[in-house]
Amino acid sequence: MNEHRPVRRIYVFKRYERFWHWSQAVLIVFMMLTGFEIAGAYENFGFRRAVEYHTLAAWALLVLWAFTIFWQFTTGEWRQYIPTLKKVDAMVRYYAWGIFRGAPHPYHKTALKKHNPLQRLAYLALLAVVSPVIWVSGLFYLFYAWWGDYGVDRWLELEWVATAHTAGAFMMLVFFIVHVYLTTTGHTVFAHIKAMITGWEDEEPEGDPARSGRSLQGGDDPARSGMP
Amino acid sequence: MIGRGVACALGVALWMAGSALAATADHGKFKELQGPFASGEDVTRACLSCHTEAARQVMATRHWTWEYENPADGSKLGKKTMLNGFCIGDKSNEAFCQSCHVGYGWKDDSFDFSAEEKVDCLACHNTGGYKKLSGLAGHPAYERMEWPPGSGKFVEATDLARVAQHVGHTSRETCGTCHYYGGGGDGVKHGDLDSSLNAAPRELDVHMAQDGLNFACSDCHQAEEHKVPGSRIAMTAADPHGPLVRGQKSERNPATCQSCHGDKPHEESLLHAGRLNAHTDTLACQACHIPSFARGGVPTKMGWDWSTAGRMDQNGKPFQKKDDKGHVIYDSKKGDFVLGENVVPDYLWFNGKVTYTTIDTRIDPSAEVAINTFHGGPDDPDARIWPVKIFHGKQPYDVEHRTLLVPHTATPDDTAFWYNFDWPKALAAGAAATGQPYSGKFDFAATRMIWPITHMVAPKERAVACHECHSRDGRLAGVEGIYVPGRDGLPLLRTAGWLAALAALAGVLIHGALRILTHYRGK
Repeated sequence: MNEHRPVRRIYVFKRYERFWHWSQAVLIVFMMLTGFEIAGAYENFGFRRAVEYHTLAAWALLVLWAFTIFWQFTTGEWRQYIPTLKKVDAMVRYYAWGIFRGAPHPYHKTALKKHNPLQRLAYLALLAVVSPVIWVSGLFYLFYAWWGDYGVDRWLELEWVATAHTAGAFMMLVFFIVHVYLTTTGHTVFAHIKAMITGWEDEEPEGDPARSGRSLQGGDDPARSGMP
Repeated sequence: MIGRGVACALGVALWMAGSALAATADHGKFKELQGPFASGEDVTRACLSCHTEAARQVMATRHWTWEYENPADGSKLGKKTMLNGFCIGDKSNEAFCQSCHVGYGWKDDSFDFSAEEKVDCLACHNTGGYKKLSGLAGHPAYERMEWPPGSGKFVEATDLARVAQHVGHTSRETCGTCHYYGGGGDGVKHGDLDSSLNAAPRELDVHMAQDGLNFACSDCHQAEEHKVPGSRIAMTAADPHGPLVRGQKSERNPATCQSCHGDKPHEESLLHAGRLNAHTDTLACQACHIPSFARGGVPTKMGWDWSTAGRMDQNGKPFQKKDDKGHVIYDSKKGDFVLGENVVPDYLWFNGKVTYTTIDTRIDPSAEVAINTFHGGPDDPDARIWPVKIFHGKQPYDVEHRTLLVPHTATPDDTAFWYNFDWPKALAAGAAATGQPYSGKFDFAATRMIWPITHMVAPKERAVACHECHSRDGRLAGVEGIYVPGRDGLPLLRTAGWLAALAALAGVLIHGALRILTHYRGK
């Protein structure tokens, strides 16, 4: 379509980060599968197995998080999650309007700022709201057998814990659906996923002319950074 | 766990073998027991010449008095006066029913409850060759006789001397002679007690299994001074304590599961032990470890409709109808039966207290009459969720006085229902015996009776699986006051959650469709 131009590639996702992302993705999908079965939504593994797998996956995810928190702080990557409202309106306008017109992505991804402002807000909500809801309720759920020993049963009811846990699970499910969809909004449908696998993302050069022939199916369009 | 089980089994086996080998007396050599004995009373006198306190001990128990004061409400219960939905009541039928009295000769109110020689030692301590025949008021056959009367079958005279010389410990057989056959037949009443336990395989009862621990009833129901612990009227529904150590003095009921296993017995798997042990705060052991009752091939009666009794065949003779397996489902003497095998129990909160409808209780026949009521609820620390058999009956009541009636059925005379099929006569005779007022007007009321399920404990690999309760329409579907993951959950939250997920999915699909659309239009 357009004349071939050299594309700058940037190394966005480091090896540990990619390992973390994908193993977390597998664990979370698996925990949604087993979790909704425990909640009685459908039958697959059987209740007992579902509880076993869900519990094991929870421990695995806790271990993964322990390493990841360590990694975030030793590498300084935690700064990627500092929220900003700058350009949020531009992002919203882009997804609501510009994306259909082939407008350029308003955010330029760099290795130091790999998340766009909407992403930062979404991940912060995930970290500050959904995760605590799920983990706090989940750990109380997991250790229900020991409530009596610590008097927890005097002020807490299993029903509240289960309700909070289920609510958190639904929030995670919504996030998951939107998150997976938004991976397709890169300059090609699989560009973001490819970046999360290889670590490398094509970068849109400065002063890129407005484009009209952007392909959804891939091709050689200059890249824009999206929100995976 | 396995190791402990084996050690336990070995210990019990050694103890039982040991007690037989270690007996210091061979009753066969006692000159007092050489006989001949003319009657059961003669044998008892011989027993008491050595076991001087035995009769008095027995006479202090409800095996003798058939009286029991209900600690829950002070009401006077016991087989003598209690009602049930099966054979209904004892009064006026003593000579028949008292074949299960631990005595000789109780055929009416003139029975002398203070006569020591009337205590029947052999009923519980025989090791075979002894049977108290119904109709003989607690006596065995002393001479060859036709039994049941008119059946053309004959019973040989009991060799009392031989039975007396071979006395031993109580056994599943001796206890079962009565406790299996309550209500007039094998397995009729309880559902978890029937003759299949005499030769129980492991799957039927992990403790009584012949090829396993081979427990006698008394291994759990350890009697002291002939007082046998365990009662279905005042049960130990919760026993939140550790196991009793051998020799430990305790006021606890020795027949509970926890008295041997403790209340936190699960230790097999790190993933489950804690969770299963936490279940003991809510569930009786029996709830999971007795997956179904009447498992041994003997059906139990789940329903009994007396209102259809008395029909005759075309020859004007009483008859029986049988199902495919040959079990009686209609009998002119008794009415229609609903039988059950491998029955999944019902579950309810139970704190061990049971109250009963007695012959004095005014009933409401427009609804199912609860012959007994199990008490307890989720906030009661003594209550656990118990498996029960719920039996449905239909039985006579006095329309005017609104009381359940006891029919005279079983002993041959011109008022007994089984011999005349005449309800008015049978009910009048029954009421005369119970002493209750009777208007002469009767009808049949629907009744309900609850039986605790506590025997037929399955091996652990056959315990009720998690999903059988943790599911929408599982075993605990009707049990309130607990949150069961997989069963419960706020419907509102569920609806909102799935709607949100659907909305997200629809949103991204529409967004994606628009992208595709505008992309091609833009070209």
